[in-house]
Amino acid sequence: MTTTLEKSPLTAAPAASTPPRLRLLRHSLVLAKRNLVKTWRTPEQLIDVTLQPIIFLILFVYVFGGAISHGSQHQYLEFVLPGLLGQGIAMGSVALGQNLNADIEKGLFDRFRSLPIARSAPLVGAVFADFFRYLTMCMIFIGFGYILGYRITTNPASAVAAIALTIGFALSFCWISVWVGLKARTAGAVQGIMFLLILPLSFGSSTFVKVDTMPGWLQAFVKVNPITHLVGAVRGLMIGGPVTNPLIWTFGWMTGLLAVFVPLALRAYKKRI
Amino acid sequence: MTYAIEAEGLTKRFGNATTGTLALDGIDLAAREGTVLGVLGPNGAGKTTAVRILATLIKPDSGQARVGGLDVVRQAEDVRRIIGLTGQYASVDEDLTGTQNLVMIGQLLDMSAAQARVRAAELLEWFDLSEAAGRMAKTYSGGMRRRLDLAASLVGRPSVIFLDEPTTGLDPAKREDMWDVVRRLVDDGSTVLLTTQYLEEADALADEISVIDRGHVIAHDTPHGLKRVVGGQWLTIRPSDPAQLDALTALLAEIAGSRPQPDGRDTLTVSVESDEILPVAVARLHSAGIRVDELSLHLPSLDEVFFTLTGTRNTAEESAA
Repeated sequence: MTTTLEKSPLTAAPAASTPPRLRLLRHSLVLAKRNLVKTWRTPEQLIDVTLQPIIFLILFVYVFGGAISHGSQHQYLEFVLPGLLGQGIAMGSVALGQNLNADIEKGLFDRFRSLPIARSAPLVGAVFADFFRYLTMCMIFIGFGYILGYRITTNPASAVAAIALTIGFALSFCWISVWVGLKARTAGAVQGIMFLLILPLSFGSSTFVKVDTMPGWLQAFVKVNPITHLVGAVRGLMIGGPVTNPLIWTFGWMTGLLAVFVPLALRAYKKRI
Repeated sequence: MTYAIEAEGLTKRFGNATTGTLALDGIDLAAREGTVLGVLGPNGAGKTTAVRILATLIKPDSGQARVGGLDVVRQAEDVRRIIGLTGQYASVDEDLTGTQNLVMIGQLLDMSAAQARVRAAELLEWFDLSEAAGRMAKTYSGGMRRRLDLAASLVGRPSVIFLDEPTTGLDPAKREDMWDVVRRLVDDGSTVLLTTQYLEEADALADEISVIDRGHVIAHDTPHGLKRVVGGQWLTIRPSDPAQLDALTALLAEIAGSRPQPDGRDTLTVSVESDEILPVAVARLHSAGIRVDELSLHLPSLDEVFFTLTGTRNTAEESAA
């Protein structure tokens, strides 16, 4: 140990404290930065929002596109890209729950709990950091889509609105993953549980095929499925079509998801020992 | 007299209300301001649970506790402003550098980025980590990680510091370093609650020691008082020839004044009054023609403390959180 300091830095004057207003926001941003540094150090964590969208676009457009759209792969690309975006953000949320679960297992959250910060700050921080993952995914989907021939036919404002809506929905939906991440015993279990939810939600929707080709009972599910409405709204905003109705549904779902899963996640976090 | 830490009748059960593990069964603890309280006990005794309650990580089922005069349940947020916690498992972020870890904590304690950087550099230097400041914590050795973890708990200049088995897994030299840090903290006026499995450690650092077992405090005393109860020092001898165990038993009983205990490994251990017995023992062994493989004078191990206090060998292996 170095003992060169005259006044040891261990217990001197207390740190200057600042007003409590916006403390949650500031603490969450500090913790979000931590998550971003970690992502920067291990870029392979971004595979699910970078390479995976590219592979999905290629597979769905060139493997299924011809069969589904009677030979017109371009027509299917137009249809399926917003759908894959919807599925992509649902799948992209899984990593959040897994990382939280692993972080808690390592004991790091004990440190956060012993600090005078809001209990929710580490969770909100992790969700904030996910914003950049979802933004990256949207850019990759649209950018690679353009290479394949996809064109936004509405206007730039609508395109921005579509991306904003997608990210907004993602930031609401990912609270399910946060909750599961806090409840599940292992990071592997988080993935298993989330995919059990995401597969029916993403395939049982208007993502890949037109809804009127499905049996009635399935149509009933598809018509309330949040992914259907998100994808419908994004399609409308990017290539034209009805927007208002799916938009109302999507906002309704976002509100509902936040109202249910934020409190659930906070409760699970408080109870987790 | 002012107590920085006071706990009365803390109980905590994990899992099911009737069949779950009873980790704490009415624990009382008290540490005066500016002193070190050593909490000594084996794995599963409830040490970590007690620390987690006092550090506001979990709530007790019953009983109450105050840290710095503040209730740990009703004034948890205020308690968190004055405490520092270093857990059993170094809780640093492995993907962040030493500096990033400490700056993050500083910012969470409402320092500006500049203040937090100054504080981080100060602590890194103090803990001899300046050279490793820019390296990711995953590249640190076990001892460095512990020091970073301890530094992280000191960023906010806490007046009450909880150290949960701070030296478990450290080699002896690193252990001494950690002891120096604890002494320094107390010199600066902090109150420290330290849990440990080693009487030697509690003896070296603590002003008072609470011995806990299965969720109960079974003894509370100064190190001096406790050693008087459990025997100041123990003499352990292993004869080269196991056939001489009986002769050795008789010899030791004579010079120490009490019957030595066999430990089943052909080794005899006996409590002795002082180290003056050592030359006597050596001379008597020589004249009796008993050759030895091992001869040591040491403070009682936790196992020996428990044997003396409870009369049973402690076999608790399960860890209660």
